[in-house]
Amino acid sequence: MRVAVKVRLKRSILDPQGKTVQQALQHLGFEQIREVRIGKLIELEIEEGQNRAETLRMIEEASRKLLSNPVMEDFEIEYPGETP
Amino acid sequence: MKSAVIVFPGSNCDHDMLRALTLMGHRAEFVWHKTGNLSGYDLAALPGGFSYGDYLRAGAIARFSAIMKAVADFAAKGKPVLGVCNGFQVLTEAGLLPGALLRNQNLRFICRPVYLRAENLRTRFTQAIPPGTALKIPIAHGEGRFHIDPQGLKQLQDREQIVFRYANARGETDPGANPNGSLDHIAGIINREGNVLGMMPHPERAMEAILGSEDGRRIFESLVA
Repeated sequence: MRVAVKVRLKRSILDPQGKTVQQALQHLGFEQIREVRIGKLIELEIEEGQNRAETLRMIEEASRKLLSNPVMEDFEIEYPGETP
Repeated sequence: MKSAVIVFPGSNCDHDMLRALTLMGHRAEFVWHKTGNLSGYDLAALPGGFSYGDYLRAGAIARFSAIMKAVADFAAKGKPVLGVCNGFQVLTEAGLLPGALLRNQNLRFICRPVYLRAENLRTRFTQAIPPGTALKIPIAHGEGRFHIDPQGLKQLQDREQIVFRYANARGETDPGANPNGSLDHIAGIINREGNVLGMMPHPERAMEAILGSEDGRRIFESLVA
C-alpha cells in the first residue's frame, strides 16, 4: 500500500523558492497564478494487512519525528480511501 | 582542555575545527559519529558541512546518529557543546537548541565574511569578547535563516539566549547586514542552561590574520576548562 505524506512550510513562513517560481510564472504570462508555495511529497510503501488505525498512527509518528520538522513545517497524510 | 570534533558522513569543516582548537591549545580529536563516545572530553564541537548530504532537511538525519545520544547526555551534564553551521542545524533538529534554520531568503548559498555583534558576553563562549566590538567571521551556508515562533522568540530575547546578531562593521544591526533573512538578525543562540551554543558563522575559519580575520579566536579564548 502506498501512502503519501505531504510536507509543507507553515503558512506563516516565507517561502522564497515559491515566490521566485511565482515570479517566473508571471514572466511566462501565467498572470492568474498569484501565489506558489513549494513543499515535499514523500511516498511510503507500507506492508498491507495491518490494523488501519495503528498504521495511521505509525505514519503520523514517523511524520512528526523525522519526515517533517514541526518548528517550520506541517504535514498531511494521504491514506488510500481517506482522501479523494 | 580535551575536545571532541564530531565527524558525520559529509562533515567538511572538521579539519578546520580541529586545527582551530589545536591552535588554541586544546587536545582535539576526531570522534566518528558511529563508534565514538564522549567520555573524558571537556568540549564537544559539531562542525560544519553537509551531514548525510542535507537529505530531507539539513541536520535531520545526523540527529539520529548514535553519537547524538552521547551529545545529549554530555550537554545534560552541563558540559559545553559548540555547533557551527551544519552543527547548529543538527542541534536544532535534535532539540538541543530551539528554532530551525530555513533556506536563505535570497535562495543563494552565501559564502563571505560578515560582522557579528555579541549580545551576551556572560556566556562561557563569549566572556573573552571585548565589549562593543564587531567580530568579523565568515558565513558559508544555504540554510541559515533562523526561524522560531513568536513565543519562542520572546523567550530567547527575555532570557538573553540570543548570543550573536548579524551587524555592520560598526556593530549595528541593520537590514542590509542580515545576509540570510534571519528572524531578529539572529546568527547564534545558546540554550537556557548556557552550555550549548549554535551559530551559523564559522569562528574556526577566522583564526589567523593572514586568512582575513582572527576574531574567531575570541570565542575559543572564552572557552576555558
